[in-house]
Amino acid sequence: MTEVLLDSLPKFATMLQMLVGFFAIIGILIFAVGLIRGRAQRPLAIIVLLGPSLLLVTVGLVFPAIRTIILSFKNSSSTDWVGFDNYGFIFTNPGQQRVLLNTLCWIIIAPIISTALGLVLSVIADQMKGKAEAIAKSLIFLPMAISFVGASVIWNLVYAYRDPQYEQTGLFSQMVMWFGVDNPPNWILMEPWNNFFLMMIMIWVETGFALVVLSASIKAIPKDVMEAATLDGASGPRQFVFVTVPMIRGTLIVVYTTILIAVLKVFDIVQTMTGGNFNTSVVANEMYNQTFVQFNVGRGSALAVVLFVAVIPLIYYNIRQLRRERSER
Amino acid sequence: MSARIETRPDADQRDRKKVRRAFSSPIASAFVILICVLWTVPTFGTLVTSFRPQADAAKNGWWNAFLHPNFTLANYQEVLVGSSGSNLQGGIFQSFINSLVITIPATIIPLALAAMAAYVLAWVRFKGSDIVFFTIFALQVVPLQMSLLPILQFFSNGVKIGDFQLIPPMTEAIQGFWGIWIAHCMFAMPLAIFLVHNFVSSLPSDIFEAATVDGAGVMRIFYSIVLPLIKPALASFGIFQFLWVWNDLLISKTFANSPFILPITYRIQMMTGSLGSRMDLLTAGAFVSMLVPLIVFFCLQKYFVRGLLAGSVKG
Amino acid sequence: MRRSHKTTVAVLASLALVGSVAGCSGGDDGGDDATTAASEATMSAECAAYQDYAGHSGTTVDVYGSILSPESDSMETAWKEFEECTGIDIVYTGDNSFESQLPIRAQGGTPPDIAVIPQPGLIQRMATLATGTKAVPAPDEVKANIEANYSSSWVDYATVDGEFYGGPNSANMKTMVWYSPTAFAAAGYAIPTTWEEMMTLSDTIAATGKKPWCGGIGSGTATGWPATDWVEELVLSAKGGDVYDKWVAGDIKFNSPEINDVMNILDGWMRNPNYVNGGFGDVATIATTTFQDAGLPILSGECFMLQQAGFYGAQWPEGTKVDPDGGDVAAFYLPPYDASTGKPVIGGGEFFVAFNDRPEVQAVQIYFSTPEWPEARIPVATGWVSANKAVDQSLYTDPIDKLSAQYLTDPEALFRFDGSDLMPAAVGSGAEWTALTNWFNGTSTEETLAAIDAAWPTD
Repeated sequence: MTEVLLDSLPKFATMLQMLVGFFAIIGILIFAVGLIRGRAQRPLAIIVLLGPSLLLVTVGLVFPAIRTIILSFKNSSSTDWVGFDNYGFIFTNPGQQRVLLNTLCWIIIAPIISTALGLVLSVIADQMKGKAEAIAKSLIFLPMAISFVGASVIWNLVYAYRDPQYEQTGLFSQMVMWFGVDNPPNWILMEPWNNFFLMMIMIWVETGFALVVLSASIKAIPKDVMEAATLDGASGPRQFVFVTVPMIRGTLIVVYTTILIAVLKVFDIVQTMTGGNFNTSVVANEMYNQTFVQFNVGRGSALAVVLFVAVIPLIYYNIRQLRRERSER
Repeated sequence: MSARIETRPDADQRDRKKVRRAFSSPIASAFVILICVLWTVPTFGTLVTSFRPQADAAKNGWWNAFLHPNFTLANYQEVLVGSSGSNLQGGIFQSFINSLVITIPATIIPLALAAMAAYVLAWVRFKGSDIVFFTIFALQVVPLQMSLLPILQFFSNGVKIGDFQLIPPMTEAIQGFWGIWIAHCMFAMPLAIFLVHNFVSSLPSDIFEAATVDGAGVMRIFYSIVLPLIKPALASFGIFQFLWVWNDLLISKTFANSPFILPITYRIQMMTGSLGSRMDLLTAGAFVSMLVPLIVFFCLQKYFVRGLLAGSVKG
Repeated sequence: MRRSHKTTVAVLASLALVGSVAGCSGGDDGGDDATTAASEATMSAECAAYQDYAGHSGTTVDVYGSILSPESDSMETAWKEFEECTGIDIVYTGDNSFESQLPIRAQGGTPPDIAVIPQPGLIQRMATLATGTKAVPAPDEVKANIEANYSSSWVDYATVDGEFYGGPNSANMKTMVWYSPTAFAAAGYAIPTTWEEMMTLSDTIAATGKKPWCGGIGSGTATGWPATDWVEELVLSAKGGDVYDKWVAGDIKFNSPEINDVMNILDGWMRNPNYVNGGFGDVATIATTTFQDAGLPILSGECFMLQQAGFYGAQWPEGTKVDPDGGDVAAFYLPPYDASTGKPVIGGGEFFVAFNDRPEVQAVQIYFSTPEWPEARIPVATGWVSANKAVDQSLYTDPIDKLSAQYLTDPEALFRFDGSDLMPAAVGSGAEWTALTNWFNGTSTEETLAAIDAAWPTD
């Protein structure tokens, strides 16, 4: 044990050096730019504050995204141009169409349920007594702390199915039997409902996120707004719909957007629960399989581009929202 | 854990009475309890399974463990000190420390950078700043898996334009934890900036106007006004970032050049065995790796319960 | 700005240097020169066997593969003596997504020194990469060692464009059936030696109301692979090696009379509602049962036979007695469908493929190609078999390992590598898995075979 600790000292030293170095450099830069008077400060400040992020994002995401777009017009080994063939495959192959349909279901259902559930829970939890609130939030937040692989272990113990002549290991199957069903369905095979059973896992994970962020936002609603609403005689549900929700609209959209993007990229759950079999594959999972298991780099890249495109309406909506917020301010 | 609603001023409590009436009805409470139970039972079942002998766990469901109690610590023993857990490469404790060394900077640095960038994009706007913001926002959707190879190539080849080496290879520089840290920072930026931007932009504009009138420059407003105000927001985003990095395996194993620096998720993956799942060990391993995220969550929980911006706007 | 940027780079670089030295030093830095000099002269008595590999003390070779704990622990124990005597530090990393990560690391220019590759198709990809760091052909000594002691098909599987890339590590035999000797003895069943006997036995068991066979093809992201083995066994044993080779190469389609025929045989066996799925339920449960769990009902008497490879031995719970004489479980050779095909054996294995030709890497590669490596590995733990004919067969203690080794080194055997590992990944690691999984869930044979053919790459 002591040996392990001694061994790890250099690692912590590296870490500290890194952190100290980073903050020293950033701190000095911020301080130095802060000293500059007059019009020169503003552009320099923008460069210092925004530059590092832009650099990281350009190298780590912009270039890879451009590369992916280029590869999506090439064949499986990226040696020849194939035009829109890969896209043609995605939109005409029945298996792929099913993948697109599943993804559509995911992005419609999972983010709305997570966000709505998080919102309702946050309003109720806000009214609970201190300790109860903390416990409730912690329990619902708990799944966030579990990796997706851990989550699939956990949910395997819920959906597992065996023939009724043997003892069940899955809680869900057993519960259905307790309620008098002789032979529960094999949930994971039950098309198309198996998609919803997988979505349940995502909702289970993301509701905690929605709850925590929304509840913080509700508590931040200024007192005077609530006071005014109370004086106007707004009752509970009315106050919720006409005061609380509009006041946190910005956060609501941020939460919904974040979960929606997480859902678009969902891949671990599907990979570990079904491997994309039984008509449960989604775009992100198919992208991974095509690119890294089957080495169809072209098709995999085209699927990634489909993800990029899918997010465009969301960007548009967020832009409108931001403009609106600015004009109100 | 310590923060309570009771600590809020009385006036605040009164304002909420009306809403409370609607949402503190028995039905509402029952709903919360129901969701809490639904949300916890699967995890609880797994926790029970992690204490059951392998043969029992394979035979029937975890609820049987209460009818015929038969618990063992063998799974945890195997995970923590058993042959698959510890004998080679320094054991699970070393990977635990690696996880810390990877996660701490990969949480703090994106936070700092995101705070800086979000402030500029929200308040120090310039021509094209919205385009920059929405480009960064859109980049959230770039799948991690598609970025791994180009980033690795960037590290090992640098950037070449024709024969001219614009950026030299960094193979030496990314030895050790560097590659992992940098990659984590890259992937964290879009969401971090997007979320922090939401908080920064909701600060009342009169603060900025007043400070500008007082002659404070762009930089001074950042470190003396914005930074203190968004601290709770940063803390709460920090938790999410911490959890994501802690639970990551893909980035670490792509950018680590030696198994001696791989995180605890690697150790758990090794335990599952070449031929797939050892449920008994996997459940125990999952709980061991959850320990730190849970501790962090409970330590920073006051920010959640009290509210991300509660302390700030009042000022 | 420019100046401060430079300083940043300098600081970062120096930090990185400190980090790498601190993080990676194994503590054996001191006195390298001395040991090197000594080992170049002569090694001590107990290390005399490693004299050929002397002269690389203080070097590190990193090995990367899909083998995980506890098997990887046994592997590391087995090469410990080699490491101590030669001073070469072999650092192993195991990865459950090895097959997708290796191409990323190689194309990204940071491949391992040696990869333990389980699919010949992946060796070919690594040898012909367009960007990054390619695999390098194995030294001549390795080729000579492998040609001397392995059947020629092993050499062929590791040869790309006339260049030989590496020798095998372990080998496994898939052509076997697990059963319970106790249960067979209690019911008076004899081990079948022909296909007809096996089917008669299945009918006899089915007539008692029990299901003779169990199976499971669930395996996370690779769900479906055990089903491909069943198809392969039947293609080889019903149609022979020639058809098998053409089928694997894509010259015989899935939707051909031959493979349709094979699917009908399989339909009467593993998709026969009277035969499966003992201990789990109906035929469709094969698709959702994990392959790890598939054989467990044999122990409880709910199932009698499981077709699964020798490595399934690792799945039995602790304390299960593996012994053909009154043990809980054992395995017999899966009788060929058509006895005229000879002694068909389907198997798999991994190959040591190097990405670097540093002398210490070659030394390790050469060591792995000698019979000494299997002989060091076999005694450490059971469940590991070599196809090397020069290996002392008496080292095997486990009856299943003995059976595997017997068939894998049999010069008479018609050995073929697992076909799905030879086919293009889009088929062998994609469409075939998915389509066969759906087949067990009720999809028609015609639709299944057409779906697999459609995935065969055209370019």
